[in-house]
Amino acid sequence: MAEMDTSGGGHHKKGPGVKKAKKLSTRVDLTPMVDLGFLLITFFIFTTTMSQPTAMNLPLPDDTATPDEQNKAKESGALTLLIGKNSTVYYYEGQLAVDAGQNNFKTSTMKQIRDVIIEKKRRTPEKDLVIVIKPNDESTYKDLVDILDEMLINDIKRYALVDIVDVENELIRLTEGSPSAAR
Amino acid sequence: MARPKMRRNSTNIDMTAMCDVAFLLLSFFILTTKFKAPEAIPVITPSSVSAKVAPETDVTLITISKDGKAFISLDNPEVKQKMAEDMNKEKNLGLTAADIEAFKTVSFFGSSFSQLPSYLKVPADQLKATDVPGIPIDTAAAKNELIDWMKYVVAAHSATGAKFNLILKGDNLAKYPQFRSVVVAFKKNAQFKFQMVTNPEGVPEGTDLWKRYQTSGGAPTPEAGG
Repeated sequence: MAEMDTSGGGHHKKGPGVKKAKKLSTRVDLTPMVDLGFLLITFFIFTTTMSQPTAMNLPLPDDTATPDEQNKAKESGALTLLIGKNSTVYYYEGQLAVDAGQNNFKTSTMKQIRDVIIEKKRRTPEKDLVIVIKPNDESTYKDLVDILDEMLINDIKRYALVDIVDVENELIRLTEGSPSAAR
Repeated sequence: MARPKMRRNSTNIDMTAMCDVAFLLLSFFILTTKFKAPEAIPVITPSSVSAKVAPETDVTLITISKDGKAFISLDNPEVKQKMAEDMNKEKNLGLTAADIEAFKTVSFFGSSFSQLPSYLKVPADQLKATDVPGIPIDTAAAKNELIDWMKYVVAAHSATGAKFNLILKGDNLAKYPQFRSVVVAFKKNAQFKFQMVTNPEGVPEGTDLWKRYQTSGGAPTPEAGG
């Protein structure tokens, strides 16, 4: 395809003294051109797929709704996740019980929290399961999105984003203060 | 034993066909690529498994930068014009006609109402997110000016009949109180549905969502929001 007919139609005899022009081959090595082509293709493939951000839905509850319409959560099916600083997640099931020396307040991390959620989901009837997310003031936006992402990953139907209360803030501060309890 | 002589083939391959294919693909990718617009506000978004593509048109984007500043950007000039007029009337900003023109072209807003006239005088190429104060979003409702900004956004959209996609884009390092202030501003203006921009991420294997995708035929359903 890339060759051209260069034979120029037969051999005329030129007159004496006329020099014969040297015929150069018109074959071009296309390998570098192919290399360049594929290099650019790779570049464009990567730039197209990378620049497509996705979006995550977050429906908000209407604060003005009357309390009767709010769905009541069964205590046994509730799991509360508190997000602290450095991607630490604290959690408790049902109601927070802080008696001296004995409480159900546990510490975990963003990576391990999935197991907690899955385990809770396995032993709770689906209609009772509700997860309450309470980020504290030191948590980052990334942690929040990660937790909301866990809800998607684990297919949790009911979850709520709730403001943290003072008791819980206090507990987080105490747990952060004592490294031995956190481990 | 005499070996049969192999015919030696030439190692020269005709590259023309391959070259054709390469450049055909290249032209396809060049034509389909949509380059990302240069970002005025540098933000690194968190990643999520959500498979829904973020809308690109009729967008009202609230950005929270990593140092906790809030910015608002809109792309519809009609809506912006209406916003500027409403604001000027209600807040007595003293915007001139030229200021309103500037309001329509500015790419993002990041100042309090009182500083808006001087903010609009900054040339577009010198506007940097790091230099401007951002919209005040203190947790106290009285200082959260984003509530009023959102009020004008919502009013201008309903007045012009434009479509309304509310999008929040936060940086990984933004803190939760700032996010809460923004959400409060949405709630106060009866905007209960918004989307958060994230980077796509694979679904971890073995999880419930992964199983659902497997059973439903693999294609991630776009409607995955809780």
